[in-house]
Amino acid sequence: MMEIDNATFIQAESEIAAINMVLGASMAGARAMTSSSSPGISLKQEGISFLAAQELPAVIVNCMRGGPGLGNIAPSQGDYFQATRGGGHGDYRSIVLAPATGQELADFTARAFDLADRYRSPVVLLIDGMMGQMMEPVIPPDFVNVADIPYKNWILDGARDRPSRIIKSLILDPAKEEEHNWKLYRKYENITKELQITEAYQVDDARLVVMAYGTAARIAKGAIKRVREIGLKVGLLRPLTLWPFPARAVEDASRFVKEFLVFEMNTGQMVEDVRLALKHRSEVHFYGRPGGVVSTPDEIAKVITSLYYRLHLEEEQ
Amino acid sequence: MTKSVFQRPKYLKNVPFHYCPGCGHSIIHRLIAEVIEELDIGGITIGVPPAGCAVLAYDYFDVDMGEAAHGRGCAVATGIKRILPDRIVFSYQGDGDIAAIGTAETIHAANRGENITVIFVNNSCYGMTGGQMAPTTVLGQKTTTTPGGRTAPMHGTPIDLSQMIALARGSVYIERTSVHSVRHILKTKKALMKAFTAQMNGKGFSLVEILSPCPTNWKLSPVEAFAHIEKEITKTFPLKVIKDEIDANRQGSP
Repeated sequence: MMEIDNATFIQAESEIAAINMVLGASMAGARAMTSSSSPGISLKQEGISFLAAQELPAVIVNCMRGGPGLGNIAPSQGDYFQATRGGGHGDYRSIVLAPATGQELADFTARAFDLADRYRSPVVLLIDGMMGQMMEPVIPPDFVNVADIPYKNWILDGARDRPSRIIKSLILDPAKEEEHNWKLYRKYENITKELQITEAYQVDDARLVVMAYGTAARIAKGAIKRVREIGLKVGLLRPLTLWPFPARAVEDASRFVKEFLVFEMNTGQMVEDVRLALKHRSEVHFYGRPGGVVSTPDEIAKVITSLYYRLHLEEEQ
Repeated sequence: MTKSVFQRPKYLKNVPFHYCPGCGHSIIHRLIAEVIEELDIGGITIGVPPAGCAVLAYDYFDVDMGEAAHGRGCAVATGIKRILPDRIVFSYQGDGDIAAIGTAETIHAANRGENITVIFVNNSCYGMTGGQMAPTTVLGQKTTTTPGGRTAPMHGTPIDLSQMIALARGSVYIERTSVHSVRHILKTKKALMKAFTAQMNGKGFSLVEILSPCPTNWKLSPVEAFAHIEKEITKTFPLKVIKDEIDANRQGSP
C-alpha cells in the first residue's frame, strides 16, 4: 500500500486521528480514504460530521462486525442505521454503497471516490467481516487519468496567486447555519434523485421478493436459486446504494409483488426503509440474524419456502 | 512627508480582533503574521485554527485556513502536509485543545516527526467556555470548576505537554515563551521564526508554547494578568528552550 506511486499511506494512532488526517488531505485536494470496522467507525463519526459540514470528499470503509460494544469480529450488518442516518452529530447524510463481491468492492471503491468528488461529500462503503476476509479474483478497474478529475477550485494549497481561502463549519449565526443546512439538504435531494442503484434478480415473475444487501444478498441469491428449483417464484431486489435508499425501485416492484421479505444480518434496520418506501402497499416480512451469525443459503431457503406456503403464494391467483 | 513606522502585517486581514481586552491571542496572531511576512511564505502557508477562543483565527490570518475539530489540529495538519510537503503548515491550538482532548494526536504527530509547526497558546484554563480548569491549570488556581483552587489530590497536577512532546523523538524544536512583556514578546517572535524556519528546512516537528494572559477568566486587570504570568504561571511553566535538535544529524521527517 505504501508503495503506490503518488500516494501517501499513514498508519494512524487512532481512528479519530485517521479520519482527521483524511480531512486534512481532502482540504489539500487529495483523494483520501480510511477504513475500520464498527467500533472504530464510531470513533470516526466526529470527523465524518465535519467532512459533511465542510463539504469535503472522502471515502470511509466500514467492515461491519458483531456489536454493540466490543461485540465480536464476525460479519454483521448492525451499522445500517449509523451509516444511512449520518452517524455523527448534526443534520447530514453520507452516500452509502453496499458492494457484495470482490469485484464490486474494487469497482465501488473507485466509484466512491468519483461520487465523493462529484457531490463533495463523504462516501461510506458499507461491507462486513465476510467480505473483509474473502478472496475472490478481481479485474482491477482502470486507473483514472488525474487530468480527468474535475478541477477543485476550493482546496487549500496556499494563496499564492489568489485570495486566501477558508474551509470551516463554524457558523455562529443561526440564520446562516440554517441556510447551510438547507444547502446541504438540497444536495441530498439531488443525490436522492440521481443515485438510486439496485440489482434485480428474477423479480419479473416473482410472487415474493427478497430484499437484502451485501453478504446477506449473496446468501439470499443462493437461497433463491434453490427454491426456484422447486418452482417457487421468488426474486431478489438488492440495493447497491443504501443511502440514498432505492425507494423508486421498491415502489415499482410493489406494483406487481404484494409480499416482500427483508433479510438482514441484524434485528431489522433496512426493513424500516423498505416499509417507508412501500407505504403499506405490500406486506413486509423480516428475517434477521444479528451478532455475527452468518446464515447459510439452505437456512434462508427454508425461511423463504415456509413463508411462501404460509402465504399460499403457490396457489394460482 | 510622513514615514510609516508601524503598520498592520501583510498577512493579517483588516478586521478588528474579537478577543477580550488584554488577551494574548491578538499579540500572538500579529507575531505569526509578521514571521510569515518576513519569511515570505504567505503564499504557501496553510493554517489550522483550533476549537476555543481562537477558532475565528481564520477570520484574521490572510492565508489559507482549514478548521479542525477540537484537539485534532495536528492530525489535520498532518493530512495537509503529507499531501503538500512543499507548503508551510501550522496548527494554532490552546491548552484545552492540545493538552487535553488533542494530546494523542499531538504526541503522535510529534513522534512521527511530521514537518509541521504548532503554536500552543497556554492560558491555563478553558477560556471560551468560561474559564473551567484545564489540564494546565496551576495548583491553587481558582476556576469555575475549582472554586477553592486546584489541588493535587482532588484534581491532579498541571500537565507539561511541551516536556512530553520533547520526549517524542520526531520533535526537533520546543520552546516555551510568553507575551507578558515587550522583552518576552520579542523572544516569542524569535522562537516562532526559528520554528517556521525549521519547517522550511524540513527538520521535523516544531512547537512553541506561549504563556498567554486571560484577564477575563483570571478575574484580573490586563496589567495584573501580565504580572500573574511573571510571578505565578512561570513557576509551573518555566520559560526556556525545552529542546533544540534542529541542527542535530538525524533522519529526515516524512
